[in-house]
Amino acid sequence: MEQHHNHTESTFLVGIFDDEDVLMSGVKKIRNSGVKIHEVYTPFPIHGLDEALGYKRSFMSRAAFLFGLTGFTCLVALMVWTMGSDWPMNVGGKNYVSVPVLVPVAFEGTVLFASLGMVATFLTVCNLYPGKKPFLFDNRTTDDKFAMAIDVSKNKLSADEITSIVKNYGAIEVSTKLVQPGDLD
Amino acid sequence: MSHVTSSVRPPLVTGGKTYGDVTEDITRQVEGKPTMLWNVAFLISLIVLGIGAYGLYRVFWFGIGEWGLNKTVGWAWDITNFVWWVGIGHAGTLISAILLLFRQKWRTSINRAAEAMTIFAVLCAGSYILMHMGRTWLAHWALPLPNTYGPLWVNFNSPLVWDVFAISTYLTVSLVFWYIGLIPDLATIRDRAKNKVSKIVYGLLSFGWDGATKSWQHYETVSLVLAGLSTPLVLSVHTIVSFDFATSVIPGWHTTIFPPYFVAGAIFSGFAMVLTLMLVTREVFNMKDYITIGHIESMNKIIIVTGSIVGVAYITEFFIAWYSGVQYERYAFVNRMFGPYWWAYWSMMSCNVISPQLLWIKKIRTSVVATFILSIVVNIGMWFERFVIIATSLHRDYLPSSWAMFTPTYVDVLCYLYSFGFFFTCFFLFAKFLPVINMAEVKAILKSSSEPVEETRKATTVQPGYQARPAFNKEMD
Repeated sequence: MEQHHNHTESTFLVGIFDDEDVLMSGVKKIRNSGVKIHEVYTPFPIHGLDEALGYKRSFMSRAAFLFGLTGFTCLVALMVWTMGSDWPMNVGGKNYVSVPVLVPVAFEGTVLFASLGMVATFLTVCNLYPGKKPFLFDNRTTDDKFAMAIDVSKNKLSADEITSIVKNYGAIEVSTKLVQPGDLD
Repeated sequence: MSHVTSSVRPPLVTGGKTYGDVTEDITRQVEGKPTMLWNVAFLISLIVLGIGAYGLYRVFWFGIGEWGLNKTVGWAWDITNFVWWVGIGHAGTLISAILLLFRQKWRTSINRAAEAMTIFAVLCAGSYILMHMGRTWLAHWALPLPNTYGPLWVNFNSPLVWDVFAISTYLTVSLVFWYIGLIPDLATIRDRAKNKVSKIVYGLLSFGWDGATKSWQHYETVSLVLAGLSTPLVLSVHTIVSFDFATSVIPGWHTTIFPPYFVAGAIFSGFAMVLTLMLVTREVFNMKDYITIGHIESMNKIIIVTGSIVGVAYITEFFIAWYSGVQYERYAFVNRMFGPYWWAYWSMMSCNVISPQLLWIKKIRTSVVATFILSIVVNIGMWFERFVIIATSLHRDYLPSSWAMFTPTYVDVLCYLYSFGFFFTCFFLFAKFLPVINMAEVKAILKSSSEPVEETRKATTVQPGYQARPAFNKEMD
């Protein structure tokens, strides 16, 4: 058992930062020095950090658009079908289906589908669900510290070299953490 | 730099707080034992809820004949309460969505509690619709479901059906928006939890959030898109509520000005309720560094604006009634002012139009006591507004032989009382067990909006070999 773990576990370096601006400029410089960063964990969203880490734009807005379009189509179809074909009602000889009447419900349906669909996508993509046990590189990342995790095996530089680069660009401490397979799923 | 701010703006967070302080200050009441004050307040809410529940029992068991409705006045306190609570809910969405789109940073300290208020207020509002149905167990008939009586569907021409969609969508989207915002803060509480129950409960609730940049990136987009969706949504909800009246042919209701007028009124009353709640929360949980006088002043400014819009709407409505040349329309408005319900009309006018004008005076709008009193006055006025629109437009029917007055029964009163019990029970539970201020968002604005930090920041330019500043991090491990 012990033997098996040693073969598959990987060594991560965890650099702790305590200031968002230092972290921001640090990330850029550390990446420029040739270090591959696994991920940065922060207690609050830092604008621009995703770009500094080279992440592509989030596709959540596109997901919302598609879900919204689905909701719009479904509700308009439901209304047109029920009022126009399944059970048409004659109200003073007016049209069975008139466009202004469709607006409120079609709008609400668009918003409902877009919101719920996007949030479901978000929870799925980020793998968030009730009762999930998170793997934290450092417990303080949900409080007041920022942790930069670096997978040593995926870097060409040695652990010592990476440590000195990360410290040089503002980390207040750098520690080592062993990660078991499955921890980061 | 991640945040840019004007140097002339006063700080939004005072007291030189660090990230750690924010966590400490806001999780304190979640982790600690409930205070005596909380216990007493919670107990009172439960008692009020219990007393009010007797009214619900009467309505559900014996029907809406228990209320003071008669064949002329078929809508009275029930719909008044419904519209009043929906309106109150609107401020939460305004703060969390519209102010987010406008990048108003002062919203960060108050959005969480305001959104919670929205959810509880919409629940209260929805309960009046369920009560008003009389046979609540058939509430699903309002949904477009295929049924056993053949292919008969709901009538999509009816604003009441639009309302079903509007209110249920509003409740769902508000709940989701609020909960997504809570996840990172619940993770903070989870990682600090000492006892087993908290570890399990907050562990479950926080969905395994780890604060990865990739997750934050999606989270930020989700928040922004939800804000973008909620903004037209909140405007649509009260617009559709106003359609319940405006699409009818009743003099006094048949008014094209209703949608914007109702939305302004909703924001007006909602902000008043946010102020009532936040001023209490601020005192009880000692959050004066987060909910500053600046926050109170900003909210009061919104109250002046929306209160004045409402005032203009009242006058416009009156003018148009005269200008229309329709005698029924004219009579409806003269009757409001000088008829048997004159006292309701003038209570509305003085509470909603005259009293908020006091907020032009800086001394009043920056005074906690004056704001608290005015916020309650505004909510009384807004309740009267809905009563005036609903009851006074109905009580003098076309035929004088059908004229009637509405007198509430004790069941009407209990049904109104119940909503206060329910609302405050929910709010106190929220305030005790969940973080009342959005920690992650406050931390995100801390560096740009906290004075001492701003000063040290200017002195620091990041260079290789940078060392931590002990001034900013009190406790270094």
